Amino acid sequence: MKHLLSIADLNKSEAISILDTATELARVSDGAVKKLPTLRGRTIVNLFAEDSTRTRISFEAAAKRLSADVINFSAKGSSLSKGESLKDTAMTLQAMGADAVVIRHPASGAAQRLADSEWMSGSVVNAGDGTHEHPSQALLDAFTIRKHLGMGGSDLAGLSIAIVGDILHSRVARSNVLLLSMLGAKVTLVAPPTLLPVGIQNWPVTVSYDFDAVIPHVDVVMMLRVQQERMSDLFFPNAREYSRYFGLNGERMASMKSGAIVMHPGPMNRGLEISAEVADSARSVITEQVTNGVSVRMAILYVLLAGGALEVGSN
Amino acid sequence: MSVALSAQDITRALTRISHEILEKNQGSTNIVLLGIPTRGAHIATRISSIIASIEGTEVPTGTLDITLFRDDLRMRPPRAIMPTKIPTSGIEGKDVILVDDVLFSGRTIRAALDALGEIGRPRTVQLAALVDRGHRELPIKADFIGKNLPTSKNQSVKVFLSEIDGRDEVTIEEEAE
Repeated sequence: MKHLLSIADLNKSEAISILDTATELARVSDGAVKKLPTLRGRTIVNLFAEDSTRTRISFEAAAKRLSADVINFSAKGSSLSKGESLKDTAMTLQAMGADAVVIRHPASGAAQRLADSEWMSGSVVNAGDGTHEHPSQALLDAFTIRKHLGMGGSDLAGLSIAIVGDILHSRVARSNVLLLSMLGAKVTLVAPPTLLPVGIQNWPVTVSYDFDAVIPHVDVVMMLRVQQERMSDLFFPNAREYSRYFGLNGERMASMKSGAIVMHPGPMNRGLEISAEVADSARSVITEQVTNGVSVRMAILYVLLAGGALEVGSN
Repeated sequence: MSVALSAQDITRALTRISHEILEKNQGSTNIVLLGIPTRGAHIATRISSIIASIEGTEVPTGTLDITLFRDDLRMRPPRAIMPTKIPTSGIEGKDVILVDDVLFSGRTIRAALDALGEIGRPRTVQLAALVDRGHRELPIKADFIGKNLPTSKNQSVKVFLSEIDGRDEVTIEEEAE
């Protein structure tokens, strides 16, 4: 595997091997060992053309724990804000000898463009491209679900997962739908019709407009952020109405199965899609998602960068 | 292909190694056994149970995966990471016995020493190997050896253990070039 651009590029055994690698790496981070020499001498560039807190610092922490050299690069404060093209930026990174580029970009397909181009030779990791995909987030979500609810198996067979909210603009939802269904989970999307993309009937999911009917039957409720920055139209009448029908509050949480968990990829709009009471409750694994994110991203970097040029199995 | 060690030879060798470990460390009180996955871990478990039957006390036994510390990662495809389980007693101030199946270039052991250094500071580190086949590339020597097997570089030594391979045996094969 050279790049991680999309969950659609992974097969089930590759996805499970990343999760298993992350499990071992998590054990390493839990213990006395904080730093591993594995990627010493490799340079990883975090190219963030869009704002991010969790993903960027998570990739940075992951790379540093594996002893890679990290260069952070964000649109603000770089020549990207002077209008430099992705091509020129990529060629600059190539000239500096970047072994991998972790890219977040507002345009869907930006990571794919970078990987397919001849502009640079390193690995490309998609850290979120427009409304397309966010594969490392899906992997860390699957990792968190497996850790809490996995029935000893390596996949998520038998689990029922609801993804709730702004599906239309959500790259997290796209990657999660692909990954969670590939791992055997039953995925239900809950959203107002205006926030569901065209062609949803071809996704491997069931769709519901009624949150209250879905919530008692699922093991995981994954809330999505309402992405106001991507909303140019009026998708729902007002925030209070959205919150009443599709927000997760204490009352709705009370109807969840025992043992069921609440997830959110962050950043949260407290009071809109999730109430503070729920976000800070014992069911919430939101901060744990962040912790697991570092282990999963270490696993991704390990799988992409630690080995030589040979393909797996050729030895 | 020729058989270098039979099942009985392996049992005898491990029994002798267990006695030698106890002799050198004057008992089992300060010992921690760490096997290097996959087969070293099973051998460590066997040595641990032999020591337990001799001394009547359990010896803390764990596994130490060294994949992340290898110096040849870039020369091979990515390897799966195996579990590392350090006994709860830790390794600080202990006499750590590293256990591996075949001692060859010594690079695995160098990586294991690096991995140990990240975890703590043992009082001593000793090395037990079921087979020493020579061809060291680093100044590393085992303290306890099951059998010295002089080999040429184009032979391959294979260790089979009943826990994973269904039988106990060590063979030498000519590698097809």
